[in-house]
Amino acid sequence: MAQTAENDAFVAFERVQKSYDGESLVVKDLNLAMPKGEFLTMLGPSGSGKTTCLMMLAGFETATHGEIKLDGRPINNIPPHKRGIGMVFQNYALFPHMSVAENLSFPLEVRKMPKAEREKKVQRALEMVQMGQFGGRRPAQLSGGQQQRIALARALVFEAELVLMDEPLGALDKQLREHMQFEIKRIADELGITVVYVTHDQTEALTMSDRVAVFDDGRIQQLAPPDELYEAPQNSFVAQFIGENNTLEGVVEEIGGNRCTVKLDNGNVIDAMPVNVARKGERTRVSIRPERVEFNPDLGPEAHTLDAQVREFIYMGDVFRTRLSVAGNDEFIVKTRNRADQVRFAPGETVKIGWKAEDCRALDAS
Amino acid sequence: MSDATNDSTVGAPARADDPQAQKRADQNVSKSGQMLAADGTPLKRSLARALRRQKLRALMLIAPLLIFVLLTFIAPIADMLFRSVENEIVPETLPRTVELLGSWDHESDEAPGGEVFEAFYYDMALAAQLKNHTRLGTRLNYETTGISSLFRQSGRDIEDIGDVYLDQFEDLNEAWEEPATWIALMGDPDWRAGYTEWFDDGQEGAPPGFRPSEAAEEMLPRTTAVYQNFATFTAGARRDSLAEDEPWPVAYTALYQDLMATPAAADAFDGDTAALLREAAGALSDFETVDFRSYFIDEIDEDWGDPNVWATIQTFSGPVTSGYFLNAVDMRQTADGAAMQPEDQQIYGLLFKRTLFMSLTIMGCCILLAYPVAYLLANLPMRTANLLMILVLLPFWTSLLVRTSAWKVMLQQQGVINDVLVWLGLIGDGSRLVMINNQFGTIVAMTHILLPFMILPMYSVMSTIPPSYVRAAKSLGATNWTAFWRVYFPQSVPGIGAGSILVFILAIGYYITPEIVGGTTGTFISNRIAYHISSSLNWGLAAALGTILLAVVLILYWAYDKIVGIDNVKLGG
Repeated sequence: MAQTAENDAFVAFERVQKSYDGESLVVKDLNLAMPKGEFLTMLGPSGSGKTTCLMMLAGFETATHGEIKLDGRPINNIPPHKRGIGMVFQNYALFPHMSVAENLSFPLEVRKMPKAEREKKVQRALEMVQMGQFGGRRPAQLSGGQQQRIALARALVFEAELVLMDEPLGALDKQLREHMQFEIKRIADELGITVVYVTHDQTEALTMSDRVAVFDDGRIQQLAPPDELYEAPQNSFVAQFIGENNTLEGVVEEIGGNRCTVKLDNGNVIDAMPVNVARKGERTRVSIRPERVEFNPDLGPEAHTLDAQVREFIYMGDVFRTRLSVAGNDEFIVKTRNRADQVRFAPGETVKIGWKAEDCRALDAS
Repeated sequence: MSDATNDSTVGAPARADDPQAQKRADQNVSKSGQMLAADGTPLKRSLARALRRQKLRALMLIAPLLIFVLLTFIAPIADMLFRSVENEIVPETLPRTVELLGSWDHESDEAPGGEVFEAFYYDMALAAQLKNHTRLGTRLNYETTGISSLFRQSGRDIEDIGDVYLDQFEDLNEAWEEPATWIALMGDPDWRAGYTEWFDDGQEGAPPGFRPSEAAEEMLPRTTAVYQNFATFTAGARRDSLAEDEPWPVAYTALYQDLMATPAAADAFDGDTAALLREAAGALSDFETVDFRSYFIDEIDEDWGDPNVWATIQTFSGPVTSGYFLNAVDMRQTADGAAMQPEDQQIYGLLFKRTLFMSLTIMGCCILLAYPVAYLLANLPMRTANLLMILVLLPFWTSLLVRTSAWKVMLQQQGVINDVLVWLGLIGDGSRLVMINNQFGTIVAMTHILLPFMILPMYSVMSTIPPSYVRAAKSLGATNWTAFWRVYFPQSVPGIGAGSILVFILAIGYYITPEIVGGTTGTFISNRIAYHISSSLNWGLAAALGTILLAVVLILYWAYDKIVGIDNVKLGG
């Protein structure tokens, strides 16, 4: 976790706090440093402070405390129009009374660019989002996906090095959304721009980002590349929030190195890797991904296994999803690949399950 | 299931690669290309039948309101508009005169000849009896001043002519005093029988309608016409009846003239009537006679010799006239066509221009004052905005008269504002500002009164503009002003348009406020209309002014639609 701003960071939040009413903090002590060219996603449930952070960066909200730096310069007191940050809004905010070309031309006009150059840049931006033929249309005559592309082109046309996107794909249907995710990522890579992307859709975050900042309760819970976020969540919120997750609660019985044993509430004992537990006797919540659980495991003589009863077997094509009752948890899910030799369980059967200790992470209990 | 469905099911595989054929089969098209319903009737007719019930229902639902609006709004307006060209009163009151006057040359310096005066005598005498002559005088007085009093006086004096003949007939034979003599002379025998029966039976209900005898109609046409009028009049009046009242003096004049024209008239009658007529015809040569023309000019009023009076009657003799409209635009109808009013009587052009100018000024003031308020309302948090909205709406809950009177208190020379200015020493006590009973007062008071009508449409449009537009503009590099002017303002224009139309149309027809605070220089055309409706009673001119006002509003509305587009007007949503 990069907690301190490095001097060469392109965007940096330093101990930033934000309060609207003077009583509670919406953003609590935010520290974040982004290198140039990074695609960073702020992910979190609504009300977690991610959009507020974005608005502070754009200049529409002022930080109550702390400093925001862009390319080494503090920008707290610079008005939004002088920050030179491109932004794509949730509802696109295309000016309805201007044509598509006029919309794109607007940021160039206010920068007093000569007309010929303006037209050239507008056309190039339109072609970049594959909308070259649509310059004369009004935004209302475009579909949602087309408006999205224009909004993107408008944020890029004045060659901003930093582009902010506030849930830009929220209004699109699933298929178009997936296509646009790819498209945005491609353009960002091609232009080498730095992107701060806000979403509450974890798939979007995982597929597009270089790094993801998971927000909750006004703090960054974890800032990591997608694979690390999924495979090595730092606390139980992140483990729950990202992907599917099984949890079991218990007390640390033994702890040493990168191994610990946890005594579950029903008396069973399992092996786990301690992540943020430190002492023996501490309450913990262990997290295991559904695809890392094995049936009738062969893990060695010392490894612990649990008895489980099959509640439900769901055939999903490429995978099987088995719902088990394990140590008092009726919602324990196991995913197995549809292999020729994979056993298909019937509800009511009893089976032994186990996992490698490093796949089972002992996290905070809260 | 219809044949068409079966058909398409059976043949479906064969048609799969021919979409045209598929379409034809699905929709059952007749040979002529007309769409047909399943039972073979044209689809349009089937649809119309299916929708008829719904339409009927809808019509019945709006019927009460429709009838109410037609009766209380459309009909009175149409009636008022019609009054602006109506001139029935002249040809109806002076039918004989109007007919003869047509051939009179208005450019001659002399009043028309005896024939016209004779016809005018009959028209006038009958009108005087029916008390119609004063209304006619008032009507013609709008065109030429002085005619009203001329008619009123002539109405009083005109009986004297008939009295000359009446006295001579009665001196000749007292039977001419008897109403019964006249009934016997004029009435058809069948009618006489019916009338006598009705009279003797206690005069219950309406008397049988008078019917002249053939002899009277043929021999005594003038008398018959006069008596006919008299009969109609008595039948309508409760206290008079043919059997108890002798006819009007003009009947004696008519009888004299008829007997002079047809001395042998008595031959057509029999009994006492014939004897009376014969006696009268024999004595006619000794009768004192009246020359209508000289009597009118010498005895009644010398103005009857003025060709201008006659030219006025001639000009306005038709059942419709453009005179009111010409008056409304400072022109007048003369015998030679339309001409400008004299300079000192031109007021309507000025009033129309002033009304337009002041309405536009008020509209402009409202836009300037309302825009920031509406902007604030639309951008404040809900709670604060609602509180402010109540303040905006407060004037709506106060009587218009109270608000206007409050402005009188504020603006008058001994009023609050002047007192404060004097107290502050900004103006001397002797040079207090005149802020009321002039244009300034009207503009201030009306701007205040009409302001909510500008704020509300603006607010409802502005509150639909998402704040992200301005944010987007700023993030794209626009300064606050550019973001406002290039992005926010164009989107708020529909609100300005709606408010402007509303305020302008309300202002252009405003009456109460200019009446109270307008004085002489701050009044609107509507005040003049009200004056003609309630004081001068020249409804025709009032209607013409109103029609022009309506037309101006409609033209401006049309122009607005052409320039801005009525689609751009939003009152909400």
